[in-house]
Amino acid sequence: MKYLDEFADPELARGLLDDIARTVTRPWSIMEVCGGQTHTIIRNGIDQLLPDDVTLIHGPGCPVCVTPLETIDRALAIAARPEVIFCTFGDMARVPGSNGDLLSVKAAGGDVRLVYSPLDAVHLARQFPEREVVFFAIGFETTAPANAMTVHMARRLELTNFSLLVSHVLVPPAMTAILEAPRRRVQGFLAAGHVCTVMGMAQYVPLVERYQVPIVVTGFEPLDVLEGIRRVLAQLEEGRAELENAYPRAVSFEGNPTARRVVDEVFEVCDRQWRGIGLIPRSGWRLAPAFAEFDAEQRFDVGSIVAEESPRCRSGEVLQGHITPPQCEAFGTECTPRSPLGAPMVSSEGACAAYYQFRRLNGPALASS
Amino acid sequence: MCLGIPGRVEEVWEADGTRMATVDFSGIRKEVCLAYVPDVVVGDYTIIHVGFALTRLDEASALETLALFREAGLLDQELGTA
Repeated sequence: MKYLDEFADPELARGLLDDIARTVTRPWSIMEVCGGQTHTIIRNGIDQLLPDDVTLIHGPGCPVCVTPLETIDRALAIAARPEVIFCTFGDMARVPGSNGDLLSVKAAGGDVRLVYSPLDAVHLARQFPEREVVFFAIGFETTAPANAMTVHMARRLELTNFSLLVSHVLVPPAMTAILEAPRRRVQGFLAAGHVCTVMGMAQYVPLVERYQVPIVVTGFEPLDVLEGIRRVLAQLEEGRAELENAYPRAVSFEGNPTARRVVDEVFEVCDRQWRGIGLIPRSGWRLAPAFAEFDAEQRFDVGSIVAEESPRCRSGEVLQGHITPPQCEAFGTECTPRSPLGAPMVSSEGACAAYYQFRRLNGPALASS
Repeated sequence: MCLGIPGRVEEVWEADGTRMATVDFSGIRKEVCLAYVPDVVVGDYTIIHVGFALTRLDEASALETLALFREAGLLDQELGTA
């Protein structure tokens, strides 16, 4: 497939790796923010091919992983109602709440549907006017345009049986929180390319200036990730801190203004709890007052549900880059993709799932490199 | 979740006032919404995320990036470090 195979070419990868090896003269730590990039890194062994001086720290960019436990418990409560068809992305269905997950609600008779696109939920609402169709609207800025479009459509189609359970999160405030953390190790960032297809690059300018940290917008194929790493390292070695775009085939500086306009209309910025991390100010989106009629939390009165985490899950430390998954005592023993303690073991972007799938037979010595 | 996959637009039509398309992903075809990429036409490659096209892939930039990668490799060969 065009735009895929050529960005996984082993010979070109070798050239980039050699260039990196020639550039690096001392230890550096770089964070890849997005879980999709974490999977590319672990799956292709990129971390093991880099010089020993380069440490990759896995970031919190897995929306399923950071969706707060309370929100999942609210989803479970709504999904269990007999009148509800609860629609979710497949990733979310097995994320553990305080008491079971969406699939266990389904097993107990709840009508939980795994959908590919939020538009599928709108279609279900048209198809079943006598039922309440709820869509679990989670994700970063990448997913927000799709989720925002559903309420636009529902309004146009005059659907009164459609609502959203919204738990959107935003990347730049999370990067700020990481840069402000007292145990900060991150010296440069690979910014999530697909977030930037929507939001553009302007929001990183103040971060680069204020924290003097290199930020390189990076894609998801193996060569894209290597190029992002190469450019951050070149900046660090030369003492520069700049915003660069290593994914120009998909990202422009201004992003997608059409998508941003709809998102700005439907959502408003709010404080948000991140599972495993805590409250980050102004780091989320919720429905704007003009669209309150589509808010499932109000429609089903689940706002008062609160919850507590499993003490055995160290996903908060994983999400903040303090430990790698194999350093958690429960990894691969008590916690596996079949019976996860925490969300990062479930999601296709979770760091624990990536290590479990591609690295668990190598032993902890390699995994923590 | 943020995984966006490149695909080629095969056919474009309107449904309920929204531009839709059939997109080919290495042999698998899916229906996607083009509301956010008004300029995309049949034959373009786009990044698709949860059923929505987010951006048109720019071929000239892609070729430039690949050329840059080749240069990085060649430079190493010339320096005898490859």
